[in-house]
Amino acid sequence: MHNSPQNINTTALNADSRDSKRGAASASGQSRVVLKNICRSFGDEWEREDVIKDLNLEIEPGRLTAIVGPSGCGKSTLVNLIAGFDRPDSGQILLNGSPVTGPGRDRMVVFQESALIPWQTAYQNVVFGPKLRGDLRGKALQDRANRLLERVGLSEFKHKYPLQLSGGMQRRAELARALINDPLLLIMDEPFRGLDAMSRELMQEFFLRLFEENRRTNLFVTSEIEEAIFLADRLVILSNKPAGVREIIDITLPRPRDLHMMSSPEAFAIKGRAMAILYEEAMRGFQDTATDRSAFLEAYAGRRG
Amino acid sequence: MQRLLDNKALWRGIAAIIIFVLIWEVGARSKDLFGWTMPFLGKLPAPSAVIAAWSHVIFEPGYWMSWIQSFKRVMAGFIVAMILGIPFGLTLAVNKYFRAVFFAPFEILRPIPPLAWVPASLIFWPTNEMSIAFVTFLGAFFTIVINVLGGARTIDVRHLRAAQSMGANQWHLFSRIILPGTLPSIVTGAAVGMGITWEVVLAAEMISGGGTRSGGGLGFFIWNSYIGGSLDQVVVGMISIGIAGYLSSSAIRRLGDYLMPWRRFF
Repeated sequence: MHNSPQNINTTALNADSRDSKRGAASASGQSRVVLKNICRSFGDEWEREDVIKDLNLEIEPGRLTAIVGPSGCGKSTLVNLIAGFDRPDSGQILLNGSPVTGPGRDRMVVFQESALIPWQTAYQNVVFGPKLRGDLRGKALQDRANRLLERVGLSEFKHKYPLQLSGGMQRRAELARALINDPLLLIMDEPFRGLDAMSRELMQEFFLRLFEENRRTNLFVTSEIEEAIFLADRLVILSNKPAGVREIIDITLPRPRDLHMMSSPEAFAIKGRAMAILYEEAMRGFQDTATDRSAFLEAYAGRRG
Repeated sequence: MQRLLDNKALWRGIAAIIIFVLIWEVGARSKDLFGWTMPFLGKLPAPSAVIAAWSHVIFEPGYWMSWIQSFKRVMAGFIVAMILGIPFGLTLAVNKYFRAVFFAPFEILRPIPPLAWVPASLIFWPTNEMSIAFVTFLGAFFTIVINVLGGARTIDVRHLRAAQSMGANQWHLFSRIILPGTLPSIVTGAAVGMGITWEVVLAAEMISGGGTRSGGGLGFFIWNSYIGGSLDQVVVGMISIGIAGYLSSSAIRRLGDYLMPWRRFF
């Protein structure tokens, strides 16, 4: 089961100590994250289950790395480890050469669904971080927050509470809230999940423009393969539980991107390749029970026909 | 004012009360009107008789003293229960060592009805007044604590994580996330606790017999009217309690709306 060609495409692991430290790099939001032999398991003793095993990955500065994998394969666990909400059982996570020991403003997460604080208006949510730390205040903070809110198209809605905003607006407010902290790495954990198809497409295009403007290092976790291809520079496919890096595909579609590129032969080729790997990984999840497997095969065949 | 006159819900409420009172009046007078006594309603004093008794009673200072007495007792028990219950519930939710020590005893004491505490507290506390306050406090305390605990434990972990990423320390997490996140449950607990407090005060006033120094209260007013055989006044006392309870709980609702502007849009 573990002889699948995991890790073979992983970029050479160098901590790159010459890389500038956090402070210097923060201006451009460029940073390198290196994950070395990450293992994480959950549960008590005999029931203990490996969720992530020997995961090696390098998130390259200034690029958008998309992570896809079968559902429940451990993507969110990976996000929690990189964000510092959780610690690996073994292995090391390095951000520009320094080990990650807990949550920090240098790695902001945009959560699944929306995690805006309900009792704060859009504006209050955006200024929340700088106000807590006290590193930006008064007029400078107001200007910066207003600029960001304008950038995400929420100027007129900044005094509304999250519940008064549409799903798309909530995601944009959350982006502004993350960006005001000027993180080295922006982590997006299935950020557009739960949006209707139309809003989702609009958000993807909006986010694409935002990324292409300043190329802040981004880790984008999604379960939608097309979304990943549309946005990413590199597509990382995780293996089924326990998660490891199964395959890395470089996406060479030119930037700035637009939706028409998704119907190019190149995009189709990438999608075909990625789907084949994902299918293989999904099947591994069914290996234990023959009936499940045949049921899945039947459903899959039905879907294609 | 115009908005008040246009308020359909208000007019429906008033119409419902008028209809209800008319049915009651007819039921209570059924013996005179139809020659037979309507079950239940026929045994009640008619609303007209109650209003007559009321118009008499409102000129007696003793009636208003009863209001003030009961309100004082309710507020004393309720406010102490809030002051102790909110921090206690929050600490139970936040600190696992505190929870390990206090949760089990709390859960054993919680199901004991406040009225079962009356004899013990009459013995324990030096004055009647203190026993009543204590029993009242118990009535609200357990409800508030269990609501606060439940509310604090359903706080979205993503809010805590987002705040942590942005540099929040323990105090920030508590004051900016946990406390406002628990506020809806605190208000719910307060509203329910307020209702229980009224129940307990009145029962405690009846049981303790008011006492000369501690004064009657509305519960004693009802009991006294019952002993004196004035059924009209019993109903006056009952409706007074209804009004008092309504005033208390709508005050809490308004306070909740004021404290939680983000919830007005649900």
